[in-house]
Amino acid sequence: MIEIRDVHKSFGSLEVLKGVNLSVEKGEVVSVIGGSGSGKSTLLTCINGLEPINSGTILVDGVEVHAKTTDLNKLRRKIGIVFQQFNAFPHLTVLENVTLAPRKVLGMTKAEAEEIAVKQLTHVGLADKLSVYPGRLSGGQQQRMAIARALAMSPAYVLFDEVTSALDPQLVGEVLDTLKLLANEGMTMICVTHEMSFARDVSDRVAFFHQGVLAEIAPPDEFFTAPQHPQTREFLSNIR
Amino acid sequence: MFNYTFQWRQALQKLPLLLDGALVTLQIALMSMAMGIALAVVLAVARNARSRWASAPATAWVEVSRNTPALFQIYMAHFGLGSFGIHLSPYLALLAGITFNNAGYLAETFRGALRAIPGTQLRAARSLGMPSIQAFRLIIMPQMFRIAFLPTTNQMVWAILMTSLGVTVGMNIDLAGVTQDINVRSFRTFEIFAIAAVIYYLIAKSVTLGARLLASRLFRY
Repeated sequence: MIEIRDVHKSFGSLEVLKGVNLSVEKGEVVSVIGGSGSGKSTLLTCINGLEPINSGTILVDGVEVHAKTTDLNKLRRKIGIVFQQFNAFPHLTVLENVTLAPRKVLGMTKAEAEEIAVKQLTHVGLADKLSVYPGRLSGGQQQRMAIARALAMSPAYVLFDEVTSALDPQLVGEVLDTLKLLANEGMTMICVTHEMSFARDVSDRVAFFHQGVLAEIAPPDEFFTAPQHPQTREFLSNIR
Repeated sequence: MFNYTFQWRQALQKLPLLLDGALVTLQIALMSMAMGIALAVVLAVARNARSRWASAPATAWVEVSRNTPALFQIYMAHFGLGSFGIHLSPYLALLAGITFNNAGYLAETFRGALRAIPGTQLRAARSLGMPSIQAFRLIIMPQMFRIAFLPTTNQMVWAILMTSLGVTVGMNIDLAGVTQDINVRSFRTFEIFAIAAVIYYLIAKSVTLGARLLASRLFRY
């Protein structure tokens, strides 16, 4: 379970998170929507400790992420994150990209890691690209590889940071299909997204981020048909 | 007027001696590069460090090594350290001087290469649970070496040519030293230096070609 309690976060004098509260249960899929620059992506990088916070607490399975005594490297093994910009490692083949962390971080043998990697890459439809370098892949393929790379660590949670925003429109579908597949398998996911149909069809709850706080959070039916917060209504009317 | 008679045969008889010297030259250049690269990685990282205790000495090293003559650096390693009671042989002084120079130049090359790698690469590696040193070694360094490969090859050529400065501190077993020795004994100055120059050229050229071959094997992406 991920519990976010009254989290504040500033970059210099700019406060991007102004008291965020959210808990995500095991097996739940939560989509976070909201305008650009509202702090959605920052929240994700705070959850796995890539960014420090100014106040509040974030607990992952009861462990406080920003406590000084927390072993972040260990904690990050169970929190996968997939970025907007794919972040494929260009000097490694697709298979090496996916096996690297299981081998070097989890200490698996090459054979063990490859077995898992091939399984995950097959899962995302890249079984025929194992020995290819990321530079030869399309954006959609690179992003699916990045998903497989995160999953190869068998994380308990996966955070998706606008994973389709940098893709050509015709490649968005293949990545969203992969996310749907994961959601149906019961993976716990927090997805920052601009894909409203995805948020509606796949999530258990949808959260609306506005001016540094979660203004509204509700199951998708309720959220899209009867939004309570005026800002949510305005946001939804603008994108339709 | 022009009354110098070329005596190539006499000069060419010294070829085995020159080739022995060439081996020493190559040896010093290779060692100074190996140590220079290792030091340069440390310097490049230290220069970017937030702590002044790390960045200041690194900056000083880079500034001095790049903005003073290599000849002076070798002189200092031999005579300069000598006045403090540290006596390096000509061989070691030459090696130390060139290593100092290589490290300074390569540190800047590497620092530039590090800047060219997107910061998100490190974030991606860290988010997979890699400690920072591991992330640097496995993700950042390989990409850095690729970007810096050609300038590093240049530095290797420069290192080979710099070894010739060793004659000024009494180095007499490398190619320049042997050439100079033969010259003062035979006075076949033009021939001996011409042959030595060809050998320098061939060493430098084969390093460049070798590097190109290595690059095509190492960097398949």
